[in-house]
Amino acid sequence: MSQKVLLNEKEVNIILHRLACQLIEKHNDFSNTILVGLQPRGKHLADRLLQLLKSDYNISDTQIGYLDITFYRDDFRRSNKVLEASETQMNFIVEGKNVVFIDDVLYTGRSIRAALTAIQSYGRPKSIELLILIDRRFSRHLPIQPDYRGRQVDAIDEEKVVVNWKETQGEDNVYLIKQ
Amino acid sequence: MSTLSVEHLLGIKHLTKEDIHLIFETTDHFKQVINRPIKKVPSLRDITIANLFFENSTRTKLSFEIAQKRLSADVINFSAGQSSLKKGETLIDTVNNILSMKVDMVVMRHPKPGAAEFLMQHVDAKIINAGDGAHEHPTQALLDTYSIREKLGHVEGKKVVIVGDILHSRVALSNIFALQLLGAKVKVCGPKSLIPKYIEELGVEVETNLKKALQWCDVANMLRVQNERMEVSYFPSTREYTQQYGVTKALLDELDKPIVIMHPGPINRGVEITSDVADSNQAIILDQVENGVAIRMAVTYLLASKIKS
Repeated sequence: MSQKVLLNEKEVNIILHRLACQLIEKHNDFSNTILVGLQPRGKHLADRLLQLLKSDYNISDTQIGYLDITFYRDDFRRSNKVLEASETQMNFIVEGKNVVFIDDVLYTGRSIRAALTAIQSYGRPKSIELLILIDRRFSRHLPIQPDYRGRQVDAIDEEKVVVNWKETQGEDNVYLIKQ
Repeated sequence: MSTLSVEHLLGIKHLTKEDIHLIFETTDHFKQVINRPIKKVPSLRDITIANLFFENSTRTKLSFEIAQKRLSADVINFSAGQSSLKKGETLIDTVNNILSMKVDMVVMRHPKPGAAEFLMQHVDAKIINAGDGAHEHPTQALLDTYSIREKLGHVEGKKVVIVGDILHSRVALSNIFALQLLGAKVKVCGPKSLIPKYIEELGVEVETNLKKALQWCDVANMLRVQNERMEVSYFPSTREYTQQYGVTKALLDELDKPIVIMHPGPINRGVEITSDVADSNQAIILDQVENGVAIRMAVTYLLASKIKS
């Protein structure tokens, strides 16, 4: 097994600032925008962006939710892996809102497809965008592309992209691990 | 999340403590789902479930059906009253005919103890026992213990008394297994004639004085007197039963602490509990019903994940 650093702490930090700025460019004061972190791993990125918007760009009161997509997945009973649910926290409806899905890695696109179905339980959003930290290009099973991306990488199926966050793993960085 | 240690839900007796905790955690998620504006998830959209009720049921049947529909499963319902059983068909034939229509899971209630186990041995589908005679009613016990956990924080160490017709009750037996597995202390209370002879062998204490039992417990689970299962009289009159084993507001007020009142339904108001008790804040009877749907979603989801595609 070998591993390679894709992004170190400094690079993660620069990218987070850029993504925050790109969001501001599009959504101004976020009054009609809702950030939705996809559970479990998109939550950390969503929290981090929210914090950054508040501390460095003085944008507070941004609405944030966490959406669990386990029960909407299309691989139920099809993989040997047992699907594990996380908590959904959506204390509002998304009717007429601009929703930004936030996740750490975009791979096959199937989680995003599930999220597109899951969000319908909370109303009909005006628009849905996708923000991704790592975009594994050439590995998509579905026609889904991010609107905001941190870094694009070429990784083969045997490789795994692991995103670490200070809050959970003690450091911010992204590794490419080869089995 | 791990997976259940069993392939079918025939009774609590076959489950482990870890299984029950897994079911509870999954139930937490589904409880959230059924409180959303759109109360449905598409998980089981390629699964077909048959509900076979060879005995009357309102609550359990509706609860299973709504749970299955919330999971997007296709549902077919069968009630013994309107079926070919009356024309002399056997249980296996009835079920095999239904399975030929490509059913993945069967939820069955049957008046004979062991019917679910018998079915499991003979047909190729996941089986959920929705009550087999006076034997087990696992989903009821799961929702009862889940409701206790929700109300009191946890089940371990709690004192629970099951009051009423223990002899004819599958709810009592499944509850005893589930409560003991989760570390609760269990007593049963009722007239001697309605308490099975060997119940103490399950590690359950018998108390024939209702007031003493209520004084001891944190939770009282009140059972209905099952007149339809009684071929002979087990007590002199309903009035006398009520005087000795009916819970009233006055009786509850005499205790030094508030206790939680549960009832699996259907309630005979004025017999085992009075209306003011059933409708009081201490009663969690309607919470039990809501939790029943979430519990049945969890059990169905966890068993369906074991169906090979």
